[in-house]
Amino acid sequence: MSRFIDIGALEDIPRQGARVVKTPQGCVAVFRTMEDRVFALTDRCPHKGGPLSEGIVHGDRVTCPLHNWVFDLNTGVAQGADEGAVPVWHVRVEGGRIFLDTACMKSTAWGGR
Amino acid sequence: MTQKLVVIGAGMASGRALEHILETAPGAFDITLFNGEPRGNYNRLMLSPVLSGEKSYEQIVTHDEAWYQAAGIHTRFGEAVVKIDRNRKVVVSAGGETAYDKLVVATGSAPFIIPVPGHKLPGVITFRDLDDTNAMIAAAGQGGSAVVIGGGLLGLEAAAGLRILGMEVTVIHLMGHLMERQLDPAAGYLLQKDLERRGIKVHCKGATKAILGDVKVEAVLLEDGTTYPADIVVMAVGIRPETRLANDAGLEVNRGLIVDDAMVTSDPDILALGECVEHDGQLFGLVAPLYDQAKVLAQTLIAQEAAFRPVQTATKLKVTGCDLFSAGDFAEKDGREDIVFRDPGRGIYKRLVLEGNRIVGAVMYGDTADGTWFFNQIKDAADISDLRDTLIFGPTAGAGKADPLAAIAAMPDSAEICGCNGVCKGTIVQTIKGGAHSLDAVRGGCKASASCGTCTGLVEQLLALTLGDEFAKPTVQPMCKCCDHTHEDVRRLIKSMALKSIPAVMQELGWKTVGGCHSCRPALNFYLLAEWPLEYSDDRQSRFVNERNHANIQKDGTYSVVPRMWGGVTSASELRAIADAADKYNVPMVKVTGGQRIDLLGVRKEDLPHMWADLNAAGLVSGHAYSKGLRTVKTCVGSEFCRFGTQDSTGLGIRLEKTLWGSWTPHKVKLGVSGCPRNCAEATCKDVGVVCVDSGYQIGVGGAAGMDLKETEPLTTATTEDEAVEITVAFVQLFRENAKYLDRPYKWIAKVGLNWVRERVVDDPDTRRALVERFEISQSVYRKDPWAEHSRVTERAKWAAMADLSRVEAAE
Repeated sequence: MSRFIDIGALEDIPRQGARVVKTPQGCVAVFRTMEDRVFALTDRCPHKGGPLSEGIVHGDRVTCPLHNWVFDLNTGVAQGADEGAVPVWHVRVEGGRIFLDTACMKSTAWGGR
Repeated sequence: MTQKLVVIGAGMASGRALEHILETAPGAFDITLFNGEPRGNYNRLMLSPVLSGEKSYEQIVTHDEAWYQAAGIHTRFGEAVVKIDRNRKVVVSAGGETAYDKLVVATGSAPFIIPVPGHKLPGVITFRDLDDTNAMIAAAGQGGSAVVIGGGLLGLEAAAGLRILGMEVTVIHLMGHLMERQLDPAAGYLLQKDLERRGIKVHCKGATKAILGDVKVEAVLLEDGTTYPADIVVMAVGIRPETRLANDAGLEVNRGLIVDDAMVTSDPDILALGECVEHDGQLFGLVAPLYDQAKVLAQTLIAQEAAFRPVQTATKLKVTGCDLFSAGDFAEKDGREDIVFRDPGRGIYKRLVLEGNRIVGAVMYGDTADGTWFFNQIKDAADISDLRDTLIFGPTAGAGKADPLAAIAAMPDSAEICGCNGVCKGTIVQTIKGGAHSLDAVRGGCKASASCGTCTGLVEQLLALTLGDEFAKPTVQPMCKCCDHTHEDVRRLIKSMALKSIPAVMQELGWKTVGGCHSCRPALNFYLLAEWPLEYSDDRQSRFVNERNHANIQKDGTYSVVPRMWGGVTSASELRAIADAADKYNVPMVKVTGGQRIDLLGVRKEDLPHMWADLNAAGLVSGHAYSKGLRTVKTCVGSEFCRFGTQDSTGLGIRLEKTLWGSWTPHKVKLGVSGCPRNCAEATCKDVGVVCVDSGYQIGVGGAAGMDLKETEPLTTATTEDEAVEITVAFVQLFRENAKYLDRPYKWIAKVGLNWVRERVVDDPDTRRALVERFEISQSVYRKDPWAEHSRVTERAKWAAMADLSRVEAAE
């Protein structure tokens, strides 16, 4: 069962940027792309634990600020030669507000493409 | 039995509904049509061509007097309905009461007026109906200036029309690019360029503060202080449903008048359609769904079952020569991919948004021939997996592919390629055609690429373009996977093609990705701010975390904070403030750096603005220990205290640091000033090192003590402190203007040669002074404390988490 919680307004996140939401499972990075699409990943790079929320957002990807691992925001899967994945959180935008699903992690999506 | 049908509003939606009613059930209704405007239905979409003079009012009338007569409709034009009395089933107007069995509300929408001071002045007009259009035409007849507020569909059509009529036109748009609801930044950039080419000035990110004038409008003032003169102001910032009548009648109204799938309002005898209605939470502004509503409304009236379902709509701008198309959805959903095609030479941009095997959105600029085909694929939710490889080229795929030489081919002959020797494209092409078939031959023939060599890539491209396959081009290292150009080429093209934004660079130079990558974005941001300091504004989101957050990120996600200590000199009160900050924010480590200042390590992000405010209060500013910019100027005590000191090295160091601080450079820049050749400030391993001697100041450049260890190379000896400062500043500016992003000065000097540098900053005083002047222009923007800006009370919350759910139990 999903449980969506209002975490703030779309405008609270800069375009091509991210903000952090604190949860019992650790911080979640909520990203906003140039086209106002919103994604949420666990804010921890599987490589050395870098805060993905501080990475440069390009298209629908983010680059970890510590060692330049690149992740697809859709799937959380590392791109290129690096192997690994970050848990993806369900998020949706309604009426300019962002809702985060605190219930489930999209673990099935880790297979990547 | 004939029913009495009253329709309020003779717009495009109700006009279409009447056609359907008369076709399917002629004679079923006795129809009365009210309209506030003193005329019948005309094609409002065609008001732009009327404004620009391409069409007349007569040509856009859809239902003339004869049509209404033949249809037997009682027309009450110029007579506004002022009240609906639902109990007695009558509408009230100037002519008295009119009874109805069924009522259709089609009151449309009203333009939204921003309530800034001056919005009621004569000369402020909207763009909704023929009267507005005529008012604009009349105003344009007087010449003068027009300001259009709003860079959406309607605003741009108004701007283009007024420009054709000979006015000086400026468009003020609140957002970062034009038509942001329909276009992405790349297409928005191309549109802006086309509009600017026809003489329309575009000001994006412009918030209107006030409309100025005594008895009529005279100018528009923006929040950033810019003023544009205006004889008329066209407000085109948006529309809102006209629901006053419905509200007064007690019908259910949210943002619009609420209708169900059958277009019936909360009163079963009252129907509604058009821009005044809200259906399933949605409002309507484009004509296609309104025509669908008209069909459903007509069927409901003749008691046939029908349901309105909004469909995809596509947008085209009706400005002659601006070819753009946008359809579908670009908004927030997972699992989407982009296919991008750019042809800089022809100003073409195409982007498809895919979801699985379907196209869900399309943006096109410059070539919209395939727009309808893409739109149909979107509407039909067609499976495109078989076509995917060539999809972007449309239904007749297979022709053409992005040409890496397109950008250079598109440059005019007068564009300067070699800045050192002032050689333009046309001259180089002539030289090649005259027999110079190799890089060396071109260098010998016209001097292009013969000095610093940073334009070599472009000259090679011209060789390839002119000679075709005859020229075997050596492989070059492109900037990153997003493009085919080298850093040096991109820098030069930014200048010669006057590219002033990241979307502009990506479009004109044929970027292969939508938003670049972590490698090219910071480089482009630097190149743009270095080239256009006053016109380009720094893009924070294109900066690496340390420069974005003005602190150095540590391996655990905390930050280090280093306040500036000018020339390494501090005071008891500054040290006290640093100690207080260390206590207050539980700083786990305080460390002295190699650059003669103090590092507070392990600060949490949300504490940064608070700590900065405390440090600011004690007069401390950012030390930029995180930046590709001026870091420190390390000094020794010099002649003021030292028995060996020959000059005031501390004073010179402070002066240099106060001049250079805040500037962005291709890589970090460190300086050292030693008061005598004993060199206690270790000046000879700095990017610029000054060693004072009795007779003056020995200036060395290109030192480093990092991955590579380099001693500075002697540049020159200055006789006065003023001269030493001027040469240092000129050197830093030359480095800023020419080096590749992430090259330290020693790497850059190895490429261009120390002599090339010396000719500019030492031998030629005019060039040196010009460099200093350009540095000062840039510093008028960047010589300021970023900590002060980000620690303002209104900014502080942005540094903390946007929400704290750590106490919320996660659902199972």
